[in-house]
Amino acid sequence: MVGPIMISREIDARGSHCPGPLMELIRGLKSAHDGEVIAVISTDLGSNTDIPLWVQKSGNELVAVEKIDHEATRFVVRRRIRAR
Amino acid sequence: MFGHKHPEQPEMISTSPGAIQPATANRLAIVLFSGTIDKLISASIMATGAAAMGMDVEIFLTNWGALAFRKDDYKTNQRVSQDYADYQSYLLEQMAAKHVTSWMENLEGAKEIGNVHIAACSHTMTLFDLRLDDLEPIVDEVTGVAAFVERARDSAMTLYI
Repeated sequence: MVGPIMISREIDARGSHCPGPLMELIRGLKSAHDGEVIAVISTDLGSNTDIPLWVQKSGNELVAVEKIDHEATRFVVRRRIRAR
Repeated sequence: MFGHKHPEQPEMISTSPGAIQPATANRLAIVLFSGTIDKLISASIMATGAAAMGMDVEIFLTNWGALAFRKDDYKTNQRVSQDYADYQSYLLEQMAAKHVTSWMENLEGAKEIGNVHIAACSHTMTLFDLRLDDLEPIVDEVTGVAAFVERARDSAMTLYI
């Protein structure tokens, strides 16, 4: 077991439509440092497929997917370690 | 008429005779013919999704698609496809109520995260007396159709919208 995960920034993309929340996440990770954990909250159903797919493809890490309420989901992502 | 299945093209120099180029490039090519917002939105979302998934995107603006990129035109463009004209007010209403990002913003976002190249068709530009300066700065250049076909040839996907 690892210790509690520190989310350094949470992006509230509720109400934003596909592919808005994914774009918010990409922008957020772009400015994050290696290993930093950020979260994005989405109400767009497309995020359920698109965010895990993008995270996997881009080599980042999906730390958690949490249902917040009946329409919002929080995706917690750790920025990949860039090659030096 | 018949028996001329392979018309001769004496000027065409084939670099690889008989070979069909496989779709090798990780690229989405889009012919954007339409200038109605319903289709512009679709095209911009497809481009954004492809850019997000690491694909290059090549967009060729032709006819109404090119007109839609005239400077500031997108700010007032409320056209929808005629076959769905009865949905126009509903669509606009819902887009406003739900704060849907404009197709231009989507394309700007796609350019920000990926390699997105937008070219306007020279034929259309001549037809409507347009120059590159007359179009939104998001348009990279004016090219001929052959340049686009060359980019589409080995693209993994090509859409006509």
